[in-house]
Amino acid sequence: MSKPGTQGLVRLPVWRARFVATALVAAFAALAARSAYLQTVRTDFLQEKGEARYSRVIEVPATRGRILDRNGEALAVSTPVKSIWALPGDVEFGAGQKRKLASLLGMEPKDIDKRLADRSRDFVYLKRQVSPEVADDVAALGLKGIHQQREYRRYYPGGEVTAHVVGFTGVDDAGQEGVELAYQASLGGKPGSRRVIKDRLGRIVEDVESIRAGQDGTDLTLSIDGKIQSLAYGALKAAVEENRAKAGGLIVIDVRTGEILALANYPSFNPNNRARLTGAQLRNRVITDLFEPGSTLKPFTVALALESGKVTPSTAISTAPGSMTIAHYTIHDTHPAAWLSLSQVIQKSSNVGAAKVALAMPSAAMWGMFQSVGFGEVPQLDFPGAAAGKLRPYKSWRPIEQATMAYGHGISVSLLQLARAYTVFARDGELVPLTLVKTGTEAAGEKVLSASSARAVRTMLELAVQPGGTGPRARIMGWRVAGKTGTAHKQENGAYAPDKYLASFAGFAPASAPRLVVAVMIDEPSAGQYYGGAVAAPVFAQVMQGALRLLGVPYDAPLVPIESPGAGEDAREST
Amino acid sequence: MAKLNLLLLAVLVACAIGLVTSQHRARKLFSDLEREQARARALDVEYGQLQLEASTWALHARVESIAVRKLGLHAPDPRRVRIVRPAEAQ
Repeated sequence: MSKPGTQGLVRLPVWRARFVATALVAAFAALAARSAYLQTVRTDFLQEKGEARYSRVIEVPATRGRILDRNGEALAVSTPVKSIWALPGDVEFGAGQKRKLASLLGMEPKDIDKRLADRSRDFVYLKRQVSPEVADDVAALGLKGIHQQREYRRYYPGGEVTAHVVGFTGVDDAGQEGVELAYQASLGGKPGSRRVIKDRLGRIVEDVESIRAGQDGTDLTLSIDGKIQSLAYGALKAAVEENRAKAGGLIVIDVRTGEILALANYPSFNPNNRARLTGAQLRNRVITDLFEPGSTLKPFTVALALESGKVTPSTAISTAPGSMTIAHYTIHDTHPAAWLSLSQVIQKSSNVGAAKVALAMPSAAMWGMFQSVGFGEVPQLDFPGAAAGKLRPYKSWRPIEQATMAYGHGISVSLLQLARAYTVFARDGELVPLTLVKTGTEAAGEKVLSASSARAVRTMLELAVQPGGTGPRARIMGWRVAGKTGTAHKQENGAYAPDKYLASFAGFAPASAPRLVVAVMIDEPSAGQYYGGAVAAPVFAQVMQGALRLLGVPYDAPLVPIESPGAGEDAREST
Repeated sequence: MAKLNLLLLAVLVACAIGLVTSQHRARKLFSDLEREQARARALDVEYGQLQLEASTWALHARVESIAVRKLGLHAPDPRRVRIVRPAEAQ
């Protein structure tokens, strides 16, 4: 092999070295430029893309607060369930798998076909709110195009007993009725979301930022006492069924705190299964329905008369001959008497007596009395649909109207308003604000009547439940009871129906130091008996006795058995 | 000069490794925390379900019917009940 001459080094052309050097510089310059471009101009886009590989925004769902009774027992609890949904375009499964899925979801295979028929849709619910166990089984089938979504379902362990108070939520977990609706804002909570970094295995390894702070709903403790509520519902249901009545309502109020301890309606419904609901079942009659209260309003007329100072409980009032005619309209008494004392007007529930007392007073004063105890005004209670009642302005009253209003006709109230108004007599003249939320503290009342008048009416109301009064069936062993019966003709198409009644009873106990007000209303009793003293008073007695026993209220009467009165003879009254 | 540079390099590397390890440990702890929080939520859900179950079993109507029918209990006659006030009990 011949060696090239080493003497004379081969001189490469200079341009070649320069070319390489230039090329290298140019390449570096291009890299630097690209890098500068990426680092400055495109940096936001690239960082975003990079983050998208590991950072995720996750929703933080808010759980709805529980509703509890005053003793901490659950009345409404949310628990997670799954909804099964599908992407019709993606679904692929064989007939066997379809059958399995259908049987897990409790559906027919052809129902599934029907739901998936429109393949252009992006989202179809197959079944909402299935239990987590079923959802796990469905997931185990590993079907393509079938997905799950976490939701909450509300359960009401109290069922029909507390249905009207608690209300219910819709499928989207928002309150629709009752307390669930009234306290939606605090119960509902706010779902939040946050940005996190997830690792390869999907575990969250770092919190980047909180986009929206979520907040779980707060628990709500109601004033309702589960035991008294259950007792009240049971007694009311039995009475409505026994008297073949259309409906009934009952309310128990703690006189000292203004808390509603029980509020029952019948007919009721099961809030856990609302497939077939009617408006009649759904209505919270105690709060939203108005009725002409009848004789249960007489004590207010009498209280006003006492307050005016013109009469005393023993003032005699001429009620002969047991009827009275004002402008072609005649008022009747069931027990005609020539003279009755003011006390006896209440005790015997005399319409003529009450009308005469009322006509002796200016209409403005009577209107003022009714208004001051809360009639004709929406009660200050956080509950949807609370009714105001009807109390017409006194300037448009005719004498006959003033006379009938004295015994509770021509004015309409809700049972809630009636019960609240009775706290005036139970609290020495103070009207107490009501609440459905547990307070546990003495409520400040509003003075509307002097203590002496309130006490005088209390004594009269105690007489009304003694033998000789209209409500002896309201008595209970161990405690002194005070209260008033009411039997009102129902209005139908603007006239009073002769054979449709509304029996009511409102009262309180123990009379020596009142603790509870209970008001009962039975709508259209049609099994023979229809007087308040015969239909509503026994329910009052049953609930009052049970509630006083449950609360451990000391006895204030000798423990002698109550002899039952004759077959309703004494209990008769016309309104 | 070269020695100082080498020393600084070593310090830099040590710091870098320290940063990586602490970041790793932080993430590990965070994921533990996250897991425990998920467990707490699951327990809360279970508590709700148990509360629900307890309420269903303790339904007053159910308790009453068992007390009356199965156990033959009844409310005592008021005459056989004595109410003791706390002041008297002491």
